[in-house]
Amino acid sequence: MPTITNPNRTETARVQVALIGCNHRTAPLELRERIVFTSQQALEAADELRRNGILEEAVVISTCNRSELYGVPAETRAGSAEAMEEFFTSFHRIPAAELNGRFYRWAGTDAVRHLFRVTAGLDSMLLGESEILGQVRTAYAQALEYGATGPVLNRMFQGAIEVGKRVRAETEVGARPMSVALAGVKLAERVFGNLKGHSALIVGAGAVAEQVVEHLRNRGIGSLRVVNRSYEHAAELAGRVGGEAIPWEKLETVLGLPDILVTSVGGTGAVLTRDLLERTIEARKGRPIFVVDLGVPRNVDADAAGLYNLYLYNIDDLGEIVEQNKKAREAEIPRAEAIISEHIKKFEAWRATLEAGSIVDDLRDRFHKHRELLIREKLAEMDDVSPEERQRIAHITEELIERVLEQPTKRVRQGGGMRGRLGAVEALRHLFGLDEKSEEKD
Amino acid sequence: MSHHLDYLTLAIYAASFLCYARVLYAPDLWVGRFASALLAGGMALHYFALLERSRLTHTVPYDDLYGSMSLFAWLLGLTYLGLEILHRQRSVGAFVTLLLIGWLGCLPLVIRDDMPTAPPARGPLFAFHVTLNTWAYAAFALSFVLSVVYIAQDSILRSRRAGTAFWRFPALDVLDRMSRSSVFVGLGALILGVAMGLIWEHRLRGTYSWGDPKVIVTLAILVAYVAYLGLSRSANWRGARAARLCAFNFLVVLFSYTFVNLYLTRFHRFF
Repeated sequence: MPTITNPNRTETARVQVALIGCNHRTAPLELRERIVFTSQQALEAADELRRNGILEEAVVISTCNRSELYGVPAETRAGSAEAMEEFFTSFHRIPAAELNGRFYRWAGTDAVRHLFRVTAGLDSMLLGESEILGQVRTAYAQALEYGATGPVLNRMFQGAIEVGKRVRAETEVGARPMSVALAGVKLAERVFGNLKGHSALIVGAGAVAEQVVEHLRNRGIGSLRVVNRSYEHAAELAGRVGGEAIPWEKLETVLGLPDILVTSVGGTGAVLTRDLLERTIEARKGRPIFVVDLGVPRNVDADAAGLYNLYLYNIDDLGEIVEQNKKAREAEIPRAEAIISEHIKKFEAWRATLEAGSIVDDLRDRFHKHRELLIREKLAEMDDVSPEERQRIAHITEELIERVLEQPTKRVRQGGGMRGRLGAVEALRHLFGLDEKSEEKD
Repeated sequence: MSHHLDYLTLAIYAASFLCYARVLYAPDLWVGRFASALLAGGMALHYFALLERSRLTHTVPYDDLYGSMSLFAWLLGLTYLGLEILHRQRSVGAFVTLLLIGWLGCLPLVIRDDMPTAPPARGPLFAFHVTLNTWAYAAFALSFVLSVVYIAQDSILRSRRAGTAFWRFPALDVLDRMSRSSVFVGLGALILGVAMGLIWEHRLRGTYSWGDPKVIVTLAILVAYVAYLGLSRSANWRGARAARLCAFNFLVVLFSYTFVNLYLTRFHRFF
């Protein structure tokens, strides 16, 4: 697989951002688990990258689906992406050939866009998932505290976190449940609202039922009871989730108690008949009951769906909702991309201001250098100039330079109107030959 | 609407509706707060519009159909804002503000210049009687909106087809509680309003008009809503059935407010 690069990427002389990484699209799980950075390793890597002069600022993001190095390459450093890749492979002691073609490399605006898409959840395996925003926020906070970041990455990551928040608040990308278990719990919330004062009964102990229990617990469900044919299994699950285990024989007795009923009994057919549920509703004095039937074959009589104040969802119903939600999330991608583009423009405007600031500093240096040379050259030819007059000439020429640069300095400090002028800044740099500064130094 | 203040009020309600609709589409705490603030601001302006109108006509705001309907809208907004604060729920704001806009926007269409004006106001008891009854109707209108949303939400849950709006609507339990709160407010206002009307009439004429169709229908409304409150907690009626009953009750209120007022009553025809 070839290394992913963008041929149209914009190269700028000063405030360049570089990124290399692997994710679930470019590397299989067996490889990803070998290139994970722990929190401590992420900080060590950032430190090492800066100490080796590869990067001036660095942040490492490492989750189960991605390992990425973000940085601002040192000014004089060429081929920073190669150096970052080399560092990456040597840090994890993985032969370069094994990672060859697995890396993606982005620079400048493309690197910024990539990070913004990551925090927006658009680059995630599960479109719109929100966990990644927290992971990026933590990685950045640690790097910031450690002193591995600087003005560029600070601005970029703060922008990325804002993008993540806005995309989730203003679009449906992360709004709807994407798993069967969560869809079941979210639907129960459509009936009862806050689940804190409510109770649930889990019949059977299947894997998806356990996921439902986890979501119910996260939402602070009032009480949980577990019934299973094997009391030991019920007790084990109840012990793990802080619920109460009930013997199978008492199922009918406790059926009227919960507001949410989750069934996941394997290979037995209907455990809860319409008659039984009708009696249950009577016992509940008409209070609604939400039933999630995760069993295959179904554990609840399909006829029971018609009972008043009983809301029944089976695994297919939930699967269909998840599928609908997936499509709805995908339809929201253009809106999320629009937010990302808006924030990229903001970042570029800020970067242009920074670039323009450095141009003014470079011009000042250049003018002063020429002024000194000129004064030295001309005054050498003038014997009748007193030291006081020499001093005055030096002072006047210095003042002239400051006056010429007063307005651009002021405008740059104000920062207004710089959006979209990065090209102009680059042109100025080229016009005055400021992009050859490093060569001059040598 | 003929006054600039009225148009401005309508514009603010429209802005509030847009914000509430935005929140319904994509929840945002600050846009939601702004929607509530706009509604409150619109209501403050609406209040001054009613006051200004009273000053110009030298009488109470409900003196004619225009004023009566305008006061109804204002009380509807007031009741909704109270419930929004009590239940911390903004997702029905879009429906309520839309109703407000529709109601106020229709006023110039339904009111003619040659409509007879009401008899002059007859003291504070009469004023409270009319205001409280209008408030009761406004609260019942709000419970109607909530019940309709409940019925829609229940039907979506049963059909197992969850669209975009489904995930934004309040939970059935919240809608039920809000609707009941609104009916409580309406019943309280109606009982007080009717009592004041009876006292006022007795003072004026020394009798009670129990046979007047308006009184009969109003008492029927009272009974219907008391029945709703009782049945909405019973085993067989709790939930969607109670919501349907509540929605039906409001149709009786509308009948009383329009047909009974216009064609049947003798002395409740105040426009």
